[in-house]
Amino acid sequence: MAKRDQICLEARGLTKVFGFGRNRTVAVDHVDLTLYEGEVVSIVGESGSGKTTLAKILLGLINETEGEVYFQGKKRDIRSYRRKQEYWKNIQAIFQDPFSSYNIFNKIDTVLLDCIHMRGGRGLPHAQKVEMMAEACRFVNLKFEELTNKYPFELSGGQMQRLMIARIFLLKPKILVADEPTSMIDACSRATILDMLMQLRNEIGMTVIFITHDIGLAYYVSDTVYIMERGRFVESGSADKVILTPSHPYTKRLISDVPKIYEEWDLSTV
Amino acid sequence: MKHTLRQVFRSGKFLFGFSIFVGLLLIVIIYPLLVPDDPLRIIGQGTFFPPGIYVNTYDSVNAATKYTLNLPEADVRRIESRLKQEDRLAMREWLTAAGIPESEIDIEDTERLLTLWNNNFDPKKSIPGMTNARRNYFIRLNNALKGLATSGDLILASKQAESGTLEETGIIKDTDYVNVSEVANVRVLVLGTDNFGRDMLTELVTATRVSLQIGFVAGLIATLIGLTLGLLAGYVGGLVDDIIMFFTNLFTVIPGFVLLILISYSIGQEQRGAFTVATVIGFTSWVWTTRAVRAQVVSLRNRDHVNLSKLSGHSIPHIILHDILPYIASYVVMALILQISSGILAEAGLSILGLGPKTTEVPTLGLMMRWAMIYQAHIQGNWWAYLPVLVTIALITFSMNLMNTGLDQVFNPALRD
Repeated sequence: MAKRDQICLEARGLTKVFGFGRNRTVAVDHVDLTLYEGEVVSIVGESGSGKTTLAKILLGLINETEGEVYFQGKKRDIRSYRRKQEYWKNIQAIFQDPFSSYNIFNKIDTVLLDCIHMRGGRGLPHAQKVEMMAEACRFVNLKFEELTNKYPFELSGGQMQRLMIARIFLLKPKILVADEPTSMIDACSRATILDMLMQLRNEIGMTVIFITHDIGLAYYVSDTVYIMERGRFVESGSADKVILTPSHPYTKRLISDVPKIYEEWDLSTV
Repeated sequence: MKHTLRQVFRSGKFLFGFSIFVGLLLIVIIYPLLVPDDPLRIIGQGTFFPPGIYVNTYDSVNAATKYTLNLPEADVRRIESRLKQEDRLAMREWLTAAGIPESEIDIEDTERLLTLWNNNFDPKKSIPGMTNARRNYFIRLNNALKGLATSGDLILASKQAESGTLEETGIIKDTDYVNVSEVANVRVLVLGTDNFGRDMLTELVTATRVSLQIGFVAGLIATLIGLTLGLLAGYVGGLVDDIIMFFTNLFTVIPGFVLLILISYSIGQEQRGAFTVATVIGFTSWVWTTRAVRAQVVSLRNRDHVNLSKLSGHSIPHIILHDILPYIASYVVMALILQISSGILAEAGLSILGLGPKTTEVPTLGLMMRWAMIYQAHIQGNWWAYLPVLVTIALITFSMNLMNTGLDQVFNPALRD
């Protein structure tokens, strides 16, 4: 297992402002985040609270307005596209909507081959590449023989998201940003995908930033939880501490919003 | 991809436009193979010969075999073809003045008109309100009509080289016929000739080809520039975007056609070949493609599939080629089709103003319109000099716009009716 005490990714005073003048929106407002190696961190908040923007800044897909990101102790330098490409070898993502995540003109083989090539496997013999792709597909309970020469849009949403996990399996990044990976998936596939994600994390020992609006899900998967409201972290700490003994009213509201199956509804008030 | 193509070819509008366009293309390609004439060769001495079959008189007189046909309607036909419209109108005028009910007079039916005239016309009859001069006119008309009706034999004579006397070589009766297939020189001028005496049809086909080429070159140049600038501005963004959009907005504000006129004028008549004009048109009409492509790219560049491509380690050129371009390809094809048709129209507009390609090398649709206009074909009623050209221009642009609408409906399902 990874060493829990070593800092993997650190954000100091991270701010993102969109627009200016009247349209000025502060999406992320002076956020501090510390990520230890091997842990699962959840960022929980409503839609529009800046979770996805924060994720994209951490991924280096959009530039921060202010603040610094430290990666493995050193200040992250992604000013040139080439540096970004280096950075992306260490950090990967799973996006919210599997239907728009794939290029509809690329076959599944291309998606997986790109990952092998990114890990320096360009010169490998074709048979070995096929074996690696098949292994990745087996890991997520897909059959590579059935997927080859197909397009991603021919799959179901759950299968697409599993294919996304297969990508991560091949890429073996240090950090994974999972941006609401299960919110577009039906409830049955949701558990499978979460289990696969956690199994993958245990296997390759990566750090996971799990972004969700579902605080129950965050409790289920994470070690540390950050509660985000309007671009700021209002509460953070270990999952047990934050969810079992919430101190901020926003956290309390989020927890009370989780539907409970065994809760008896008071129909007289309806 | 295959599925989309099938859908495109199932769209009625696209198919209709496509078949018109392919038909025009086939005519343009096949016709020169069948009629390998020089389209600019002057064959007619005189301007604007009407469409028809031209039979050589010399050859028909000297045809090997003569046939005698006794056709009862031959005389009437002969008079009919020589009786002018104004004479017919004058005949009606006299007849109505003489008290014949107008319903009985049909100036198109030559036989009845002549019988009516012969039965009723009386040079001595005085009609109230008619001047003496007018009466004399009708008497002259009557005599002319008699001249039309009498047809004697024609004597063929050839000049003796030594003595200079005429020697009779044959007689042509009014019942003599020749078979057109036996006449050595027959020329079918389907659309007559233009003001220079060129065969209109051959010229029109070549002009269509040249105009299409001009349109394609102009459209390709405009689309290439527009696509490159649009992709750069949209994807790279920032300062590059600002600079490109500054120039694009500048060119949007200046009317393209004015710019086109100025550039064409400054190039000079001698330097303006068809492809120079095409290039100039291309370089002045890239603006809208740039704006459209940029707008599409800006909305595409933050999509998840582009982000995923970045995370998969692809370079920016790879992303533009594989993740942006295929998504806007349909849009670019539509823009190209519109650019081609507007390129053809721009050439026609320029040529009508006298700023088109020089006239000595190739005909274009615009140049044909220009000459028809200068020689006042539209005032003289020489419809064959401009109407076919107009119809061709209209057909080309119509077919291209139909194709564009058809494609639009396939790729933007919200527009489907």
